[in-house]
Amino acid sequence: MSDVQSDVTRFLERLAERRAERAANGPEPTWIAARRQAGAARFEALGFPTRRDEAWKYTDVRAIARGEFGLAQDAEFSKASAAALTLPIDAHRLTFVDGVFAPALSQLDDLPTGVHLLPLSQALAENHEAVGGPLGRLTGVEFSPFSALNTAFMEEGAVLRLAPGCVVEKPIILQFLSRNGSQPVMSHPRILIEAGGRSEARVIEHHVGEQEAANFTNLVEEIMLDRGAILTHYKLQEAPIADLHVASIHVEQARDAHYTSFNLNLGGGLVRNDLISELNGQGATANFYGLFYGQGRQHVDNHTLANHNAPLTFSNENYKGILDDRAHGVFNGKVVVKRDSQKIEGYQSNANLLLSDRAEIDAKPELEIYADDVKCSHGTTTGQLDADAVFALRTRGIDEQTARGLLTLAFAGEVLEEVDLDAIAERVELAVAGKLPERFNLAGLVEAAVALGDE
Amino acid sequence: MLEVKDLHVTVEGSEILKGLSLTINAGEVHAIMGPNGAGKSTLSAVIAGKEGYEVTSGSITFEGKDVLEMEVEERALAGMLLGFQYPVEIPGVKNIYLLKAALNAKRAANGQDDIPAPEFMKLIKDKIAQMKMDSSFLQRAVNEGFSGGEKKRNEILQMLVLEPKLAMLDEIDSGLDIDAMRVVADGVNSLRDQDRAILLVTHYQRLLDYIVPDRVHVLVDGRIVKSGDAELAKQLESRGYDWVVEESAA
Repeated sequence: MSDVQSDVTRFLERLAERRAERAANGPEPTWIAARRQAGAARFEALGFPTRRDEAWKYTDVRAIARGEFGLAQDAEFSKASAAALTLPIDAHRLTFVDGVFAPALSQLDDLPTGVHLLPLSQALAENHEAVGGPLGRLTGVEFSPFSALNTAFMEEGAVLRLAPGCVVEKPIILQFLSRNGSQPVMSHPRILIEAGGRSEARVIEHHVGEQEAANFTNLVEEIMLDRGAILTHYKLQEAPIADLHVASIHVEQARDAHYTSFNLNLGGGLVRNDLISELNGQGATANFYGLFYGQGRQHVDNHTLANHNAPLTFSNENYKGILDDRAHGVFNGKVVVKRDSQKIEGYQSNANLLLSDRAEIDAKPELEIYADDVKCSHGTTTGQLDADAVFALRTRGIDEQTARGLLTLAFAGEVLEEVDLDAIAERVELAVAGKLPERFNLAGLVEAAVALGDE
Repeated sequence: MLEVKDLHVTVEGSEILKGLSLTINAGEVHAIMGPNGAGKSTLSAVIAGKEGYEVTSGSITFEGKDVLEMEVEERALAGMLLGFQYPVEIPGVKNIYLLKAALNAKRAANGQDDIPAPEFMKLIKDKIAQMKMDSSFLQRAVNEGFSGGEKKRNEILQMLVLEPKLAMLDEIDSGLDIDAMRVVADGVNSLRDQDRAILLVTHYQRLLDYIVPDRVHVLVDGRIVKSGDAELAKQLESRGYDWVVEESAA
């Protein structure tokens, strides 16, 4: 057994080294140093969570705690291999390699008026006070040991600001590449999005990397949507299978702000997402769509929370999980309706398919309601494929396994139907088809059909 | 081609078919008519292999092979296809996947390779046009949100693509307006071939104005009580079923 305290100390030592490196680069604003210090102190006090903590009951993070992670010193990545990993979408793009900003792999030309998209380091250098206000406002060091650790290390990430009324045509891609280096590394990116009133954008957060990589990403995202802002947030997590991935996403929605999340998890060995929305003004609407596919010994944990802090707020959640081999999935979705938040609607559903006897799902939907005039529903099923549909396909000569494969793909497809970016829907569909057990033998079929669809 | 002998079938303990016999040869179109509850849909469901039907005695052979020993998909691959009265909605499964998987399964059973993509696309587009359907439907989920008429057209489309030896159509006319019925009937008529048999199950004679059968059978209480040519269907239309029931009881 590894000593818990020595795990924490090891991370703090790495932090001290980093602090020394930074000091050599000249002085930094005192508030940043103070916040990092607060993060470090909180992390030291909390230590890594254990399964005795309710929020981590089903997720064992010892693979992270015991890791010997360095910090990347550069963002070198061959253009050819980066191109193979990059989404083929015409987009504005910020790329980070193991957490380090990679200008050569970014595309920041032609940013429309009213769109400010830049790496956090640059935002701090240009006007650190403008960053100091919002940074950490939604996700404090109290949230979790990982948010504290992120705060202790924070120095890079993405800042996106949209001026009021600004409608961004092209998607904005935040690309995080994981490298297969001589030593595993960790990164603690921050994403800060401030969307002005009635602005509108699509953000694709894409986690991907070299197949053999085994790095740790500890992400904190804060998203603030002003009145009437519309944000669609795709989190396409295709990290290498040995990567460790923890993300905390906090959203704050003013009146009539619409936030739609597609939390698509295909990669990573150990994955934990926390997605929280504060619905603070009437008309605020949050859509949480999720899909997770686990195989081998992948562990994917999704915790979501919709806080209905105001009357006439709406949340809608649909998470689907497919688990094969010895994969383990966790779904914990919570809807909280504050006192006097009347006439809210909160819907939640979670459905899971287990493709193997040894796959496991822990699903826990929760409702906490302190108002009386509300419409809420929640449910979770872990089930079987529709027997009538299997029969209908077999009557067309399709063997039972392929029929089951088609229906399993369709199960994932229900989430993808909501996706309005074809490139993402197709990529995920192909990925799922490719991951489905060989007995289903779908890859050729689906690939061809997608190609045909392009005609 | 199809031989049903003294077939007895029970569903949830009650006997629905009580000694049904029927022979269908290649090139023939047969219609099975009868009052509600006579067991019309049971016959095609048993041939297709639907679960929940227990064959207590009798036999079904197709081209000399024992159908009751075959898996559901084997029956389809042998050339028997059932067009459903109530086609199942299959959310998320795109029509194009179903058609391609089914066609390739048939080709594999015949020792052929998968159909090349351009050839497949041409075939599908021809058949879609024939059924007066929009090509956008290929990317839609099977029958999901389809109107009654669209679902029936889709069943016929599958027949046109898969070219069965025996096409069984269960109440294919139910819920169709006259325009949709013409399209469906034209589709079925285009399947008529000297090597192919068609079995229509219908409550109403109307369909048989458009698809003229070679043989008409009246099914009452689990047995075929009367057979004749297309003229019999017209008599049933004008006189109802009661006289046949009385005649058979006599």
